[in-house]
Amino acid sequence: MLISIASGKGGTGKTTVSASLAAIWDGPVTAVDLDVEEPNLHLFLNPQVESEEKVYLSVPEVDESKCNLCRECSNLCQFKAINVMGSTILTFPEMCHGCGGCMAICPENAISWGRRELGTLSRGKTGPNNFLMGSLRVGEAMSPPLMRAVKERLAMDLTERPGDAIIDAPPGVSCPAVCAVMDTDFILLVTEPTPFGFHDFKLAVEAFAPFKKPMAAVINRSGLGDNSVEAFCRENNIPVLVHIPFDKDIAGAYSRGRVIADLNPGLKSLFVQLAESIKEMGAGGRDA
Amino acid sequence: MTKIAVTSEGPSMQDMVDPRFGRAGGFVVVDPETMQHEYVDNGSSQAMAHGAGIQAAQNVADSGAHVVLTGYVGPKAFDALKAVGVKVIQNLDNMSVEQAVQRYKSGDVQYADQPNK
Ligand code: SF4
Ligand code: SF4
Repeated sequence: MLISIASGKGGTGKTTVSASLAAIWDGPVTAVDLDVEEPNLHLFLNPQVESEEKVYLSVPEVDESKCNLCRECSNLCQFKAINVMGSTILTFPEMCHGCGGCMAICPENAISWGRRELGTLSRGKTGPNNFLMGSLRVGEAMSPPLMRAVKERLAMDLTERPGDAIIDAPPGVSCPAVCAVMDTDFILLVTEPTPFGFHDFKLAVEAFAPFKKPMAAVINRSGLGDNSVEAFCRENNIPVLVHIPFDKDIAGAYSRGRVIADLNPGLKSLFVQLAESIKEMGAGGRDA
Repeated sequence: MTKIAVTSEGPSMQDMVDPRFGRAGGFVVVDPETMQHEYVDNGSSQAMAHGAGIQAAQNVADSGAHVVLTGYVGPKAFDALKAVGVKVIQNLDNMSVEQAVQRYKSGDVQYADQPNK
């Protein structure tokens, strides 16, 4: 089962929950950091990184000295990713869908595949478990292509060594967050019982509900704020699986980059309970 | 003198400035010295699902204009215009093409250094 851990906004404890769940998970599991813009799961899990590879996106590159400005490519491209303007040929690699049509049609063979570095894919081990992380190159604007590369790698690893995956998704409800959760089997939303937390939680529920995946909530820093998150969950049939108490020890452990499930037996059993509920709900979702 | 392209809702100097650059109805291309003008239809980019702004920039570049007067320009179109050396003046909507050209001639305009949309 692929489980994505998401949140409507950053700072709700999404990564803490991901790390703890991965640490106590019963059975083979891969911890995946898909928050490629700001990966930080490794700070908690301290994986031994075994390999790192660069991920690239193929984009057309024009050799201007060969180009005769005939416009064949520009007339062909539906996405306006390659254009002749006046006596300049311009490419917009971020709009390119990589179909290769422009290359095929160019009478001067002026176009070839170039590539743009998207970021790095790291693999390793955290205890007995696998670890996978994507980190976006600084300055790269698009995260979904790198995220797809991480997911493809995960799928390959899982066919070799079947198991579950806990995926730390990007915060928010924008395109990268949707890209992270859409093809998982279970979405776990981490939220706080504060007005801001509630507001962003509602946005996340709205954004992810159309995928019709089993969805549940974890309330972090429970004891702060009010009950509106809970009331909303009841109305929308989103089970609240556990409450993580608001407490100084947890905050301290977090700031030192520790896995909070390791802190004391009470917290550990909280996460064990969370893992069991997820497995039950996930199994139910598949039968339905 | 430099030709200017004004996004417009119709072909004449009395038509209103179309506030949208990428999906403008068309461009009135004007020689501000003689006020001679011609109309360039922009229907091809209006119909596009992607890259309307880039198509519109291409239409402007093809018209030979070096300045665009319009309401607002999106980021991709802005990059495209910049790459071919066409200057952009934004926020000239709510007036006729002729008024926009007069504003330009009076010098009471600002060249944009970034897209406003
Ligand atoms: S590869 Fe396809 S989408 Fe990309 S620029 Fe060429 S024609 Fe356009
Ligand atoms: S098809 Fe080739 S030669 Fe023609 S404009 Fe495009 S790159 Fe230049």
